Amino acid sequence: MATTSTGDIEKTKSVEVKKKLNVLIVDDDPVIRKLHEIIIKSIGGISQTAKNGEEAVNIHRDGNASFDLILMDKEMPERDGLSATKKLREMKVTSMIIGVTTLADNEEERKAFMEAGLNHCLAKPLSKAKILPLINNLMDA
Amino acid sequence: MDAHVAQLQMQYRNYILSLYQQGFLDDQFTELKSLQDDGTPDFVAEVLSLFFDDCVKLVGNMARALDQTGTVDFSQVGANVHQLKGSSSSVGAKRVKGLCINFKELCEAKNYEGCVRCLQQVDIEYKTLKAKLQDMFNLEKQIVQAGGIVPQVDIN
Repeated sequence: MATTSTGDIEKTKSVEVKKKLNVLIVDDDPVIRKLHEIIIKSIGGISQTAKNGEEAVNIHRDGNASFDLILMDKEMPERDGLSATKKLREMKVTSMIIGVTTLADNEEERKAFMEAGLNHCLAKPLSKAKILPLINNLMDA
Repeated sequence: MDAHVAQLQMQYRNYILSLYQQGFLDDQFTELKSLQDDGTPDFVAEVLSLFFDDCVKLVGNMARALDQTGTVDFSQVGANVHQLKGSSSSVGAKRVKGLCINFKELCEAKNYEGCVRCLQQVDIEYKTLKAKLQDMFNLEKQIVQAGGIVPQVDIN
C-alpha cells in the first residue's frame, strides 16, 4: 500500500511539475534577463538564464536539457541568437524558440532569424500580453 | 493619520503622473509595476538597480571607446548604445531610450562630436532619472510608514 500511494504521489507530482512551463532565457543584458524571469514567473513558469548563445548551446550539449520554451535574444557576444538557434536545431532541440528582436531590426534581418529555426519572433520589450498567447498555444499543444 | 496618508498618496499620484507627462517614463514602466506583487515585492527596485548599474558600465565603456587616441571604434560604441537602448526600453526609461536612438545614428554616421555630446546627455539623463525614481521610492516608503497603501496610478 505504501508503495502504491508513494507511486501515485510521485506520479501526481511529476504531472504537476511537467505542467509548469520551463523556460531558458538567453540574453546578454542582466536587466532583460531579470524582466523576462519575472514575466515567466508571473505566468506560473520557471526559468534558467544564459548570458549568450554559446552558454545556451552548452546547456544543451549533454542532451539532458529539456525546456518547453527558449527566449532568444538576437544580438549577443560570443554567439548571437541566429547562430545559437541554428546550432540548437542541428542538435535536434525541439523546444519552442521565440526570437526577441528590436524594432530597429529590418524585415530581412527578422526573416533570416526566423529561417534559423525560430517558431516566433517578438520585438522588445516583452510583456505578458505579448507572450501569453504564444505560451497558451504551446501549453495546449 | 488618515488625512496625512491621503495627502502623501495624492502627492505620490501627482509625482508619478508628472514623470510620465515630462517624458521620463513610458508604458513599459507601467508594465514593470504590474509585475510586482506580494511574491516579488522588491522586483521594480531590483530591476531598476540592475538598469542603473548597466548605465554606469555602458556609459563607462562608451567613454573609453570615444577617448581613444587615433581611430575611434564606432562599432564598439554602437554596440554599447544598442545594449543601453534595449535595457532602457525594457524598464520604460523613455528619455534615455530616445537619446540612444539618436546616439546610434551618430555612431553609424561616425560623427565624433555628436557622439561625445550625446554621451554627455545620456550621462545626465540616467542620473536625473535615478534621482527622480529614488524620490518615488522615498514617497512609497513614507506612505507605508504612515500606515497607508501605495496607490496604483492610472496614467491614462
